[in-house]
Amino acid sequence: MSSKGYKDEDDYLMLSGIQHFQFCKRQWALIHIEQQWEENVRTVEGQYLHRKADQPFTREKRGNKLIVRAMPVKSNELKITGICDVVEFIKDDNGIEINGLDEKYIAYPVEYKRGKPKMNDSDILQLTAQAMCLEEMLLCEINMGYVFYNEIKHRVEVPITQNDKNKVRIIVTKMQGYYRRRHTPKVETGSFCKNCSLQHICLPKLMNKRSVKSYIEGKIHE
Amino acid sequence: MKKLLNTLFINQPDVYLALDGDNIILLKDDEKLGRLPLHNLEAVISFGYTGASPALMGYCAERNISLVFFTMNGRFLARVIGESRGNVVLRKKQYRVSDDELKSAKIARNFIVGKIYNNKWMIERMTRDYPMRVDVTQFKEVSHYLSSIILDVRECEDLERLRGLEGQAAISYNKLFNQMILQQKDSFYFHTRSRRPPLDNVNAMLSFAYTLLANDMASALEGVGLDAYVGFLHRDRPGRISLALDVMEELRGVYADRFVLSLINKKIINKDDFLKKENGAVIMSDESRKKFLTAWQNKKQEKITHPYLNEKISWGLVPHAQALLLARYLRGDLDEYPPFLWK
Repeated sequence: MSSKGYKDEDDYLMLSGIQHFQFCKRQWALIHIEQQWEENVRTVEGQYLHRKADQPFTREKRGNKLIVRAMPVKSNELKITGICDVVEFIKDDNGIEINGLDEKYIAYPVEYKRGKPKMNDSDILQLTAQAMCLEEMLLCEINMGYVFYNEIKHRVEVPITQNDKNKVRIIVTKMQGYYRRRHTPKVETGSFCKNCSLQHICLPKLMNKRSVKSYIEGKIHE
Repeated sequence: MKKLLNTLFINQPDVYLALDGDNIILLKDDEKLGRLPLHNLEAVISFGYTGASPALMGYCAERNISLVFFTMNGRFLARVIGESRGNVVLRKKQYRVSDDELKSAKIARNFIVGKIYNNKWMIERMTRDYPMRVDVTQFKEVSHYLSSIILDVRECEDLERLRGLEGQAAISYNKLFNQMILQQKDSFYFHTRSRRPPLDNVNAMLSFAYTLLANDMASALEGVGLDAYVGFLHRDRPGRISLALDVMEELRGVYADRFVLSLINKKIINKDDFLKKENGAVIMSDESRKKFLTAWQNKKQEKITHPYLNEKISWGLVPHAQALLLARYLRGDLDEYPPFLWK
């Protein structure tokens, strides 16, 4: 492999960052550019939930279903990499051949989430990005995926659409731009900051503070 | 702001520290002296030589609990640092600024603004609280002088000149220090700063307080991803936590000096707490160090409102808050580094 190729792969962004980026560009930058991470109840709960999904060495067969957990995926087109919690392969004559198996299969990514279905499309876009990786790696077409929500103990069927794929491309391009410049954006703060696991590092209130210059001048001239 | 947790001080020389599950256990001659859950701890500070298990060191490093070793006399030995805490981008920025004299000066002058401002208000406070005990005219004179130096410091873009201005301010502040000692004047007096070794009781306590503060500062800086060894005002010297000493400038008076003065003035510490060696070196007894550390811990728990953040935090979190603000300045969120200006 050329040295350039090696460098390229190191610069791949984490697929899971898409949802951070959707939630808050600054949160994404703090985690993925500045490598800061603060655990709170939410992240610990998330890890607990992923215990089962994070078992890369179990391969489960159930009837016409093959369930694979913690599957590493990447896309050279998007320059992203990540791990699918679960990929389900369902026997289907219209599917693709999988190495070491007799029948043909269609693949569906399944993502595990701690909470309940969200108003925004961040979960859908993350799933879509996973599907795009799988399509590229398996040379197939994926038109469906699932998000399992722990709070409702239920999986929601998600169609993989061209529209969402385009959104993923746009978001990832923006992320690559910030990443190249190693830039942590200052962004609008809001009530969502209260739910952020990085609020103690980000100091969202700092964004609305008066300038330090006026703070100092004010104090020394009082 | 994060919460301040407890510090565990090990004040016996022959205690070995080990890990058991999520607990720290204290062993003496293979006998278990105690057992504490680590999740309540911010720091473990050990005065003695016996040591700690690698498992405990790893646990503390990973969870950002600072584990520090001092000699029995309070001289710093070592601090456990784990895998570098991410944030390469921040550190590279710190190094670039540190290599640039002008950019360094623009940060460094704010440390000094903080230091002189806080010392000035310590002096003002003395004239307000004890007008009958101190020479008010002299205090006011120094206060005005410090005000004028602050203005020069604000304009200063040269590190050498900055050190000069800081030195002038220190001389006039030190001249008043002895007058701020209001009790036990026979045993506690301040002529000049002496260290390595401290030659009187006051200097012995100042040295100890500065060591503890420098260590808290270093842990706070490493905790937000900065390199405690690369400074802006203090230049690189092997083994010196230059950045910790930099940021600490603004806290020396208001945090350490005031603390030492209160121990004397409230008679928490007295002349029997010290031992004078044949060569004039003064060291604190085990018993007095215990009193000192207990009071230090209590001080850290006291709540204040951070003057820039406008947020209620404990005194013990001030080093962390300043480290965080410095990191955010270096990453471009703030127009200047905001010193801790305490009135």
